[in-house]
Amino acid sequence: MSQTPMAPSRPSSVAPTPHPTAASQPGQPGQHPGPAAPARSAAPAVEYVTGAKAVVRSLEEAGVDIVFGIPGGAVLPVYDPLFDSEKVRHILVRHEQGAGHAATGYAQASGRVGVCIATSGPGATNLVTPIADAHMDSVPLVAITGQVARSLIGTDGFQEADICGITMPITKHNFMVTDAAEIPMVIAQAFYLASSGRPGPVLVDIPKDILQAETIFRWPTDVHLPGYRPASKPHSGQINAAAKLIAAARRPVYYVGGGVLKSYATEQLKVLAEMTGIPVVTTLMARGAFPDSHIQHLGMPGMHGTVAAVGAMQRADLIIALGARFDDRVTGQLSTFAQGAKIIHADIDPAEIGKNRHADVPIVGDAKEVISELIAAIALEQSAGVVADMTAWWAELDQIRETFPLGYDWPADGSLSPQYVIERLGKISGPDTIFAAGVGQHQMWAAQFISYEKPYTWLNSGGLGTMGYAVPAAMGAKMGMPDAVVWAIDGDGCFQMTNQELATCAIEGIPIKVAIINNGNLGMVRQWQTLFYGERYSQTNLGTHKLRIPDFKMLAEAYGCVGLRCESKEDVDATIEAAMAINDRPVVVDFTVGPDAQVWPMVAAGTGNDHIMAARGIRPLFDEG
Amino acid sequence: MTRHTLSVLVENKPGVLARVSSLFSRRQFNIHSLAVGPTENPEVSRMTIVVAVDELPLEQVTKQLNKLVNVLKIVELVSTASVHRELLLIKLRADSSVRAQVVTIVDMFRAHVVDVTPDSMTIEAAGTSDKLEALVRMLEPFGVRELVQSGMVALGRGAKSITTERSRGD
Repeated sequence: MSQTPMAPSRPSSVAPTPHPTAASQPGQPGQHPGPAAPARSAAPAVEYVTGAKAVVRSLEEAGVDIVFGIPGGAVLPVYDPLFDSEKVRHILVRHEQGAGHAATGYAQASGRVGVCIATSGPGATNLVTPIADAHMDSVPLVAITGQVARSLIGTDGFQEADICGITMPITKHNFMVTDAAEIPMVIAQAFYLASSGRPGPVLVDIPKDILQAETIFRWPTDVHLPGYRPASKPHSGQINAAAKLIAAARRPVYYVGGGVLKSYATEQLKVLAEMTGIPVVTTLMARGAFPDSHIQHLGMPGMHGTVAAVGAMQRADLIIALGARFDDRVTGQLSTFAQGAKIIHADIDPAEIGKNRHADVPIVGDAKEVISELIAAIALEQSAGVVADMTAWWAELDQIRETFPLGYDWPADGSLSPQYVIERLGKISGPDTIFAAGVGQHQMWAAQFISYEKPYTWLNSGGLGTMGYAVPAAMGAKMGMPDAVVWAIDGDGCFQMTNQELATCAIEGIPIKVAIINNGNLGMVRQWQTLFYGERYSQTNLGTHKLRIPDFKMLAEAYGCVGLRCESKEDVDATIEAAMAINDRPVVVDFTVGPDAQVWPMVAAGTGNDHIMAARGIRPLFDEG
Repeated sequence: MTRHTLSVLVENKPGVLARVSSLFSRRQFNIHSLAVGPTENPEVSRMTIVVAVDELPLEQVTKQLNKLVNVLKIVELVSTASVHRELLLIKLRADSSVRAQVVTIVDMFRAHVVDVTPDSMTIEAAGTSDKLEALVRMLEPFGVRELVQSGMVALGRGAKSITTERSRGD
């Protein structure tokens, strides 16, 4: 780990300079819209305020434009000065979980820190799921919670919950403020921690009496956290070792993870990929980091990845992992994962390196720095005449991807194919559209059958697998990127977990579009029951087909949205186009699809990736390789 | 499984012990003992953590510990290059008939009698786990009423201090 404190290389909304060295390192927004330059006053003025006002002033100074939340007893003092803020807009959600996922969607789409506010006790505990979600997917999030007054803490007071204790394992860090004068510093530290290094959620818990106390507000010019030294610059020796391995490899593959998006390294990745001719796979968290249409892109690896992507990793002699973490859904059974491959593992979090798979060349650093330096080092190797010949490798991979392309069969019962609906959504709404998916079959199909050409157009809950993520995340994404078309692709199960936020969208004027891929069931669970539990469909039929409970079209209309329904192939395009034409209100489309479609390819849980099935019963002959 | 002794400097703030212990439990790292106390710097506490792990998970332990914002520095103290001590208090059934024998053993181990009644003796001993185990074995035949032992504390040998050592995981 570097001893030199580095500024975050991604745009962030941290106003204070994290360290003196950071002043010379402006954010590099690249193509992605970054936040406005934070306001820095030469001599910070002192304001006499309440703790609550200090919270609002801190959010303003941190560059926050949107917060999602719900007021309640303990946090009520904050809502009074918030009422007057001209810089911070508060979106009143219908459930704190919605606030958390909205802040996450906002952050993932815009690159800025997402902010959510809740009161003590149940307000705070309702944030637990989205905080855990943001933690698993490394999303920069600041959660501010009211807490009961200090005199009540530890007494099982009304609406008391030890939210710092509860969120300790699912936050990057959390704070309990014990002195109103510390509010600006703690909030500045929260934003710095959330957005720098490996991003993540930070919770700030503030007792009500601290919010009511009189204090002075002074926005810090410097954030000092002696135990926090995020790495940024990779070690040059490791870069050179990696470049040598890459030059010598005959069957290499770039294993691209979400870290490449988080460090704004997609341009650099394209350069690196093209100069080496090495195939690229993008994980569920990295869809869009490399254009799907690019000839070197083999698709997504993992449990529901393409045969070519899974096969390339299994047969590789070198895997170059960039901001990826060898998650079990990517590796399958670890002992049989890519047994012949050496590993170059670059990650900003040293703890990811060697956690699941030994790294032959570990590189600790920001993906953008790592890739940029790899480009330089490889260029040097290439100018010395070391250029690897990929012809044989590509011939093998091309044969796999031609034999086992992604595809689907139309349901035998004549019902609408969910994959077709998703494919058409991608085609009709175009490459600038942001898609936010729930979790399950529709999520996998949305990862497979939409062509992502641009970064930050694919949002989902990858690590935690949070059903109910899509609608609030789409709402947050639309707030962060108001000019973009934002589609939530949701399942009928997921949708029923958080659809209350449609009320928020309708009232606050957030015209998202929701495609419910309504197969009447908890589809992914049902798929496992079909495959592994003898077609015993225990507790997976939701009744959204047979009983139409709820009727999603009517539900949408009840929420002040436009409700549409599509049940046949002929109507798909027209329905999508009708939804695309509505921009003054949220639109919800009930795509009633067949219940029996399955997600393929598939590596069954607990088995090795060599056992990938391209479709049911069809096993590509990996053992030959 | 081997035991490793980690000396961890942490910020002296509320909740830090909970952060460290919860990290160990959720990552399934096995703590053998943990001792925490103040240091020469009032803003810094020092934890001595004995973990029972193999070499590879030890790297994970230190890397995950390093991610805790309140953790300042981690140094592994190898037994050959450091002084390790635990404190033992043991209360024995001992009347006048055996008191002299107990005192002989106590002297051999450079331990101390810290409390005595007509039918009991309390012994205090400091040392490595091995020494304390040996002492307990010698004293057990007299009858142990109760026994309490601290976690291990340790310091590196030589003139250097932990603040000048290179941190593990850096």
